[in-house]
Amino acid sequence: MSIGAFPAMRLILRRELRLYFRRPDQLLQPLVFFLIVTTLFPLALSPRLSLLRDMAPGVLWVAALLSSLLSLETLFKADAEDGTLEQLALSGQSLGVIVIAKTLAHWLVSGVALVAMSPLVATALAIPTDAFPVMFASLALGTLTLSWLGAIGAGLTVGLRRGSVLLSLIVLPLAMPLLIFGASATDRAIGGESPAGALYFLGALCVFTTSLAPVAAAAALRITLE
Amino acid sequence: MWTWFYRLASPPHVYRTAAALTPWFFAVAAVTIGYGLIDGLAFAPPDYQQGDAFRIIYVHAPSAWLSLFAYTTMAFAGAVALIWRIKVGYAVAAAAAPIGASFTLVALVTGSLWGRPMWGTYWAWDPRLTSELILLFLYFGVISLRQAFEDPARGDRAAALLGIVGVINVPIVHFSVYWWNSLHQGGTVMRLGKPEMATSMLWPLLAMLFGFMCFFGAVLCMRLRGEVLNRERQSTWVREAVKP
Amino acid sequence: MQEATDPIDAPRASSLDLSADKIHVWRGDRHVLRGAGFAVKAGELLHVAGPNGTGKTTLLRVVCGLLRPEQGAVSWCGRPIDAIRAEYQAAMAYASHEAALKSDLSALENLRYSVGLKRRVGDHELRDTLGRTGVAACADLPARVLSAGQRRRVAMARVLAMRAPLWLLDEPFTNLDSKGTALMCRMLEAHLDGGGLALVVAHHALALARPIRRLELGE
Repeated sequence: MSIGAFPAMRLILRRELRLYFRRPDQLLQPLVFFLIVTTLFPLALSPRLSLLRDMAPGVLWVAALLSSLLSLETLFKADAEDGTLEQLALSGQSLGVIVIAKTLAHWLVSGVALVAMSPLVATALAIPTDAFPVMFASLALGTLTLSWLGAIGAGLTVGLRRGSVLLSLIVLPLAMPLLIFGASATDRAIGGESPAGALYFLGALCVFTTSLAPVAAAAALRITLE
Repeated sequence: MWTWFYRLASPPHVYRTAAALTPWFFAVAAVTIGYGLIDGLAFAPPDYQQGDAFRIIYVHAPSAWLSLFAYTTMAFAGAVALIWRIKVGYAVAAAAAPIGASFTLVALVTGSLWGRPMWGTYWAWDPRLTSELILLFLYFGVISLRQAFEDPARGDRAAALLGIVGVINVPIVHFSVYWWNSLHQGGTVMRLGKPEMATSMLWPLLAMLFGFMCFFGAVLCMRLRGEVLNRERQSTWVREAVKP
Repeated sequence: MQEATDPIDAPRASSLDLSADKIHVWRGDRHVLRGAGFAVKAGELLHVAGPNGTGKTTLLRVVCGLLRPEQGAVSWCGRPIDAIRAEYQAAMAYASHEAALKSDLSALENLRYSVGLKRRVGDHELRDTLGRTGVAACADLPARVLSAGQRRRVAMARVLAMRAPLWLLDEPFTNLDSKGTALMCRMLEAHLDGGGLALVVAHHALALARPIRRLELGE
């Protein structure tokens, strides 16, 4: 009688994407934020190319982390505020299915857009084109992992009025390993070394969070929905 | 078996047990910490490399150990409370969090003071200190999350869940910080603490460790009583207990 | 007849029943529900009444499984709802006191993405249902531009389209004009006639042409 988990996931995914594209400003703002933050560093430090190239992976990753967090805040909050989250939670589908679909939709929109945007920022920060493939791979894995971690944080802070600072406070410490491996993979690629080690770790973190985070985020939602 | 367990975890029982345990914990802590301080600071031989500066280890190492121990206690108590719906677990978790954060802070401050004679600077991004710093951030997250909820019951459960997520994350952070450090600084940083220690140095350290754990137990019991009283302030047994 | 009985996709046996026993809920220091309980069978409606702040909405949230009570349990067909979560949710249609519509989606899309999670349903049928609650013209308008009454009617259509034997409605008459109120009453009658159950939270009397059971909270 009720529909299966995969059709349900597809349906929620479609709903989410449609909502994102009805509100392109929500989609664009974090990207613009990403651009602005990366512009701050050369202005604050120095436009010297050799220095920029040294900092570039770090700047890129810090900016990516912060801009992802911006859009994660609304992951469940928008639905909680208009009451549709309750409807989803009572739809007969498990909360895990809902979390997975919503998080994947978030990543498809914000993560992929960030990856697509990164060459622009990378060029401005003097990252050589040879390092682009590794940068793409690390950002793609990293933003997906961050979306999962953010889903836990967003689930925990969904009912709170001033949840955005708290969300960063919760998610950023959890995301530090991500920053380390992501930045160093890009760094090594720039230096012409093999980034394999760092990329493998990123992949492992991604698999790990993909398998555990939906459970944790669903548990968080169950707590905060009450 | 289960009813026995639940009776054991009932708030009045916990309140009385904690009250009974507190002086014992304090007494043992005073004796062992007293011995550890005197022996460690006055009688243990100075380190052949670091001289007397190494003696800060007698405060630093137990604090660092306790910072992790308190976090594990907090997460475990939260997990027990979440899974078996034993409410006292939340009180234990809430009581343990600030103590653990304080130990983390002490470990950070003593570590950085130690760093001054060792590295010539207060902060050198030593991997252990860095992961200790991230642990402090995790504590802040848990404590602020609990306080952010207007409904304390939901705050308890959310904080417990975050504690569990954090406990899974602590080894990952620790490992990745080591990896990061070996990448950037190689073997140039002097490691805090030595794998091998003379027994004359080790005994006071073990005594301090044990003493710190008892001190943690004592403070936890005191804070736990406060938490239990506050949580059960509507119940009749509390009114009886606090009657002037 | 437009408001014909909807087929309910469930065993039509008279074995359907919902009961709650000694529900206790605390909110902080406030003891919101003090042992509330009831039992409803197929074809019956329970009107949950009481002044503001007596826990009507809280009770409804407990009944639909969003809120776990400190004590007591809710049972559907004799089994606790925690144990049969998916099955129970499939048999239930819940309408909160807000219309719960995404303002950036059209009325039709709103229905498609919520009813669609419960059962396979085509747009054609959903348009029909919107017509039966009198908002067919709004089907392709974004919910943002609808009036409060129209949003309520869309929410009614969602309840209808779920074809669930159990309706849990929180203040369903809010923002409805007299025609809308009459329509809601006819819908409820038809639902009960078809062997459905309903729990309605409302602070005023229900004008149904049948005896209804009342649970007065806050006494």
